[in-house]
Amino acid sequence: MSEIVRIAQLSCGSEYSGIQQEIDEAARSVGAEMVFPDVDAGDIQRIEDEFGLRVASPDLKLMMARGKAVVDGISDIDAVFIGTCFRCAEAALVRSELRRYIYETTGLPVISYSFTERTTATTLLTRMEALTTMALRKNLLVRERQRGLTAGIDSGSTTTKCVVMRDNEIIGTGWVPTTKVLQSAEKAFEEALEAAGVREGELEAIGTTGYGRFLAGERFKADLVQEEVTVNSKGAVFLADTQKGDATVIDIGGMDNKAISVHNGIPGMFTLGGICAGASGRFLELTARRLGVEITELGALSVKGDARKIAMNSYCIVFGIQSLVNSLSAGAKPEDVAAAACHSVSEQVFEQQLQEVEVKEPVLMVGGSSLIEGLPKAMEELLHVEVHVPPNSQFIGAVGAALLSSGFIEEE
Amino acid sequence: MVKVLVYPANSLILADLVERFGHEPLSVQQEIREKISAPGLDSPPLNITPDDPKIGLRYAAVEVPSGVRGRMALIGPLIEEAEAAVVVHDPDPTFGCMGCARTNELVNFLIRARKIPLLELKYPSTEDDARDFVVRVAEFLKSLENGK
Repeated sequence: MSEIVRIAQLSCGSEYSGIQQEIDEAARSVGAEMVFPDVDAGDIQRIEDEFGLRVASPDLKLMMARGKAVVDGISDIDAVFIGTCFRCAEAALVRSELRRYIYETTGLPVISYSFTERTTATTLLTRMEALTTMALRKNLLVRERQRGLTAGIDSGSTTTKCVVMRDNEIIGTGWVPTTKVLQSAEKAFEEALEAAGVREGELEAIGTTGYGRFLAGERFKADLVQEEVTVNSKGAVFLADTQKGDATVIDIGGMDNKAISVHNGIPGMFTLGGICAGASGRFLELTARRLGVEITELGALSVKGDARKIAMNSYCIVFGIQSLVNSLSAGAKPEDVAAAACHSVSEQVFEQQLQEVEVKEPVLMVGGSSLIEGLPKAMEELLHVEVHVPPNSQFIGAVGAALLSSGFIEEE
Repeated sequence: MVKVLVYPANSLILADLVERFGHEPLSVQQEIREKISAPGLDSPPLNITPDDPKIGLRYAAVEVPSGVRGRMALIGPLIEEAEAAVVVHDPDPTFGCMGCARTNELVNFLIRARKIPLLELKYPSTEDDARDFVVRVAEFLKSLENGK
């Protein structure tokens, strides 16, 4: 594999949406380059018969022909980015089928994305970073055991978590709401060190992840500064003890949601959702506030309720909450309202994200929101499979970072 | 001389035919040329920026994909400027291609709505059809000269 990660771009509409330079910039910033697999006119003419999908748009035919060139190994490719215009139904069909086809036949890491003219390099950065990590650092990702004394810091948008691990065991944790990135990270770090009974100087390696990973990574001179898709995948399968075979990881965060297909502990297909607050942990925080309960009490309340008794007219964080308030004023029980909120969030993730990945069992729900019992329960009802919440699931990113950073001890 | 819109809007063959018969072809190449030669823009390959799909809102609503609106930012003004049009349906991509079926639908509608002299042709599949195709385009362009 070349030093620069070569990402095949299979897209329709990116240049006319004015975002091609954003895609290129996101790739460049993670040491990758976008390449367009070579095809000729004959390849495009034959592709509908060969791939079996008939479409009206010529650029989608070109996209499919380029996808086949990737599968046929015509181009030297490390990973694949599939992008089409948001709200184009024809393109969504091609995007979905092409992603499945390439992933199943080549095993190359693939991500797909539907863009608008508002898509920026920053929006794409985490996705590109995850893609290049999967392509370039498989050796790091195959690590199954944590060794030595390491710490992981997960600087999330809502909370900052830290764990200290020694020889595959968690020996200290810290958890604080995120205010200022560095201050919160330092506080969580101190909490974890104190709980573990170790000093910072004793640590052999540190890993950071989450939104504040770069800032925190610089402050703590981290050995590993890594986006949350790969780190959370590792953390999830480690904590659930499902490192071999398939798994699906669902993480509903404060600002964005992750749905990741994992095979032998390495993420393959994934989606990151972050457009709508109605599908985030924030919606549940607001619901708890409206019900006058702590967020930590919402889960127990929700499992006693029945979501079907509440009419939710909107997924929107504003109008959805309004529906819940209206139900309460009409005499609805708080537990039914709590259950309806959990169902609403789960349903959005199910409809908008889980359709984009292969849902294979075991399904692992992680992150702080997974402790709100109504959420995994609602997801079980939607998926018709058992949903597992591993122990310490709220520390998933921090555990993944501590685990992966221990790989750097050996390298030294 | 009549301003004749060609569609596919990047068809060099159609633009050349229009020019040979003394008319001014309206094609997307001119728009792109202007974009890539204008100073201060750096959005390769076509120098279409995220502002273009917003300009395209003049022709298509926000729920229409950004790629359609970005194309319309280029083609829309040409439709408005056109005094006649030659449209070829289902062309081979090498003949000219805007890439997007939804854009094709919208452009075809807007051209018809202008009620300007319009020649719509199917892309020829045989040599005889190709000869007939060229003859019909030539006759149409000549008729524009005569003000028919």
